[in-house]
Amino acid sequence: MQSGLLDSLKRIVGTEHVLTNQEDLLCYSYDATPGFSHMPEAVVMPGTADEVAKVLAAANDAKVPVYPRGSGTNLSAGTVPLKGGIVLLMTRMNKIVEIDTANLVAVAEPGVVVADLNKAVEEFGLIYPPDPGTVATATLGGTVSENAGGLRGLKYGVSKHYIMGLEVVLADGRILNTGGKTVKDVAGYDLTKLFTGSEGTLGVITKIIVKLMPAPEARKAMLATFGNLDDAGQAISAIIAAKIIPATLEIMDNATIRTVEEFSKAGLPTSAEALLLIEVDGIPEVVEKEAAKVVEVLKANNAAEIRVAQDAGERDKIWAARRAALPALAKLRPTTFVEDATVPRSKVPDMIRAVNEIAARYNVTIGTFGHAGDGNLHPTIVCDIRDDAEMDRVYKAMDEIFAVSLKLGGTLSGEHGIGVGKLRYMESQFGPAGMTAMRSIKKALDPNCILNPGKLVGECG
Amino acid sequence: MSDNKKLLTEVEDALANCMKCGNCMEVCPIYKEFKTESSVARGKIALMEAVLSGQSDITAGFDKRMAMCVSCKACTAKCPCGVKADELIIKGREAIVKTRGLHPIKKAAFALLKARPLFDFGLRMAGLFGPLAFKKLPGRLATVARFPMPGLDRKRIMAPVASTPLRSQYPEVVKVDNPKFRVAFFTGCTINYIYTDVGQAVLNVLKENDVEVTLPALQHCCAVPVHISGDIELAKVFAKHNIETFERYNPDYIVAACGSCTMAWKKDYPDMFADDPEMKARAEKLAAKTYEISQFLVDVVKFRRDNLGEVNATVTMHDPCHMARGIAVTAQPREVLKAIPGVNFVEMKEPARCCGAGGSFSLAHYDVARTINDRKLADIATTGADTVVTGCGMCRMHITDGLVQSGRNEQVFHTVQLLDKAYKAGKKDEPKKTKDEFHFH
Repeated sequence: MQSGLLDSLKRIVGTEHVLTNQEDLLCYSYDATPGFSHMPEAVVMPGTADEVAKVLAAANDAKVPVYPRGSGTNLSAGTVPLKGGIVLLMTRMNKIVEIDTANLVAVAEPGVVVADLNKAVEEFGLIYPPDPGTVATATLGGTVSENAGGLRGLKYGVSKHYIMGLEVVLADGRILNTGGKTVKDVAGYDLTKLFTGSEGTLGVITKIIVKLMPAPEARKAMLATFGNLDDAGQAISAIIAAKIIPATLEIMDNATIRTVEEFSKAGLPTSAEALLLIEVDGIPEVVEKEAAKVVEVLKANNAAEIRVAQDAGERDKIWAARRAALPALAKLRPTTFVEDATVPRSKVPDMIRAVNEIAARYNVTIGTFGHAGDGNLHPTIVCDIRDDAEMDRVYKAMDEIFAVSLKLGGTLSGEHGIGVGKLRYMESQFGPAGMTAMRSIKKALDPNCILNPGKLVGECG
Repeated sequence: MSDNKKLLTEVEDALANCMKCGNCMEVCPIYKEFKTESSVARGKIALMEAVLSGQSDITAGFDKRMAMCVSCKACTAKCPCGVKADELIIKGREAIVKTRGLHPIKKAAFALLKARPLFDFGLRMAGLFGPLAFKKLPGRLATVARFPMPGLDRKRIMAPVASTPLRSQYPEVVKVDNPKFRVAFFTGCTINYIYTDVGQAVLNVLKENDVEVTLPALQHCCAVPVHISGDIELAKVFAKHNIETFERYNPDYIVAACGSCTMAWKKDYPDMFADDPEMKARAEKLAAKTYEISQFLVDVVKFRRDNLGEVNATVTMHDPCHMARGIAVTAQPREVLKAIPGVNFVEMKEPARCCGAGGSFSLAHYDVARTINDRKLADIATTGADTVVTGCGMCRMHITDGLVQSGRNEQVFHTVQLLDKAYKAGKKDEPKKTKDEFHFH
């Protein structure tokens, strides 16, 4: 990086907010995705949208790449600075600007941690529903950029369903506002949705208006085991067909059940082919009625055992089993790939069977769990990235998993985004016309390709 | 590869288990203040991996970043992969000490610490002549420096060094009629030289429960400060010395009144001698007998509750890192408190969050230590408590420092001091002055 640009960056944000020391740069060469790392040339920590604008203008003039970053917890290498340049660390911009209970919205800066936003709105009896596994560490800006989902996706959707407006700094430093606080807003192209989930490739988000929801008054959790995977699959579809939309409808496959049981001795039946974890929420009377109906459906679909949480303690126990899924799998081997291939919910059993078959064929360890109700599965591949021969098999298995999910009418990503991790499959989902359309948008907004270059739509030069 | 890097090679597999999920960011007190990767475990692990891969080296920059850890173990408790990040960071520091030597302030302090008789002499002198250098503040065990001193922040409130160390105030064996147990009291440095009031409370309370206490004269520093600074060789010297010293007394139990000291005996000593089976076995034998005072009172002694008098105080508790995550003793001090009539116990938010002291961390990084402490002070204020109890001298000193500097009046004690006070209050014939004595501190 030229010293002229570095001097400008220091003038813009203050010398203490620019890191260039070798050790600091190393610490921004990775995110939570295994297999991708590259050193940036500088880490810049802006404090205001105006500073972001000036940084982008300077970088654009110098044609230096800029990688916006929150907490760096994403699973698609979305924040790895693969071409060097500047990591734009947004964690200093962490103010909750406004909680507007009359309009049920909150306005916040991108560096706010999602759990902190939820804590702040909780006292008004409200929630911000997107709750990815990293809710306690991930920033709002990062989750909006990655269009993160979470456990409540079936009923509540993903980030994009809650973003009402944005302040975005464009690649050349101009500041743009999209959307607002109105529920109805059909004016113009939906730029809010365009920037949400754009993974930092189209602009840098500096302010976010989010929709809040009333917190559910009551919740009821249930756990059901199935000796047969197809019965579990039938139960999933039958619950929805019974016109019940649980907040959460999770599945764990046999490999995951066995691993969880080995680590936590939670009393899960290791012979079960599948486990469903279900939670209904809402008004107490409705919750009771829905829970009873769910139990009825589970029984009708040959559930071997059904547990219904009678109090908060029992509810915690049920969810502890689900929370243990990733840690237990991750402890098996050094490297963990959590994928998020997603299929229509009716295809969940087919997908799980396909993943198992692929795991056997390539001799790799894969546990599958995830959000069965919305078809968003997490085939979790555990391996050792230092073993080249094993990694060769892992990457081949990965290729097939994504191919199957597309074949079943699904998508590459339910909630983690594309980044570079899944870039090589994009063409097969979108075709040449789709890719050209997306690249045209990228080029129109970022003609010098400085924003997170090489990600999501690939090279655009 | 240099010998120093070889130290890191030993933990290469342990480092590789970190999946870089970043969950440690949620709980790291240093990350909360800086919001930068190098301040949190994930970043430090990445740096050690970079040294191993040859991308980086054991430089001054590496040293500076590895130093930014209070060893509170919160990351390890949180890690979904079971990575013991706190221990890996200490390994990183060992490599630094081998390559670059210790931080200058720590080097000076440990040089003195190394020679036990000299250390003892120095602290006795400090107790006698301390008032010349430190001005006593009214109302509690707190002093502030009269003139600038190397390695000490000018505004920092320290506890005064006792004019007579605890172990010189008592015979080596404090006898009781019909002893139920014979214990050896590992006083640790802060209780012997600074907070002798805690040591006195331990002895009073144990006497009240018919426990005979020996105070082995030749005991030395528990080694935790030198160990977490990466000076493993010196730590082993201390550990061996303490093991040999206490073996000679063959006590029923070893009791300490400090989370870190207890952790040293229970966990660190056996770990330190992993490659020396004979010493490891000896360390393990003593580890099995070692108890933190509240744990000993609740789990072993089943302390007397029939003769407790009233102590009227609204009390909150700070769990020291090494109590909560080092030895997992949090229920017992609460049980002690709840047994005391008159005590209104109010739990604070996140009682086990680090107070910022971090042992010798606060010597080298006082400003950060203070900022972390501000959150603790705010959590204490929310409870409305007039008294804070804890189980570590360094925490007590650091929280007192914060309270005094912000002009607040809460008192900070060791939990066992309140129990001592309750036993005293329970004695009808005891002269009334005990109450004043208590408030004098």
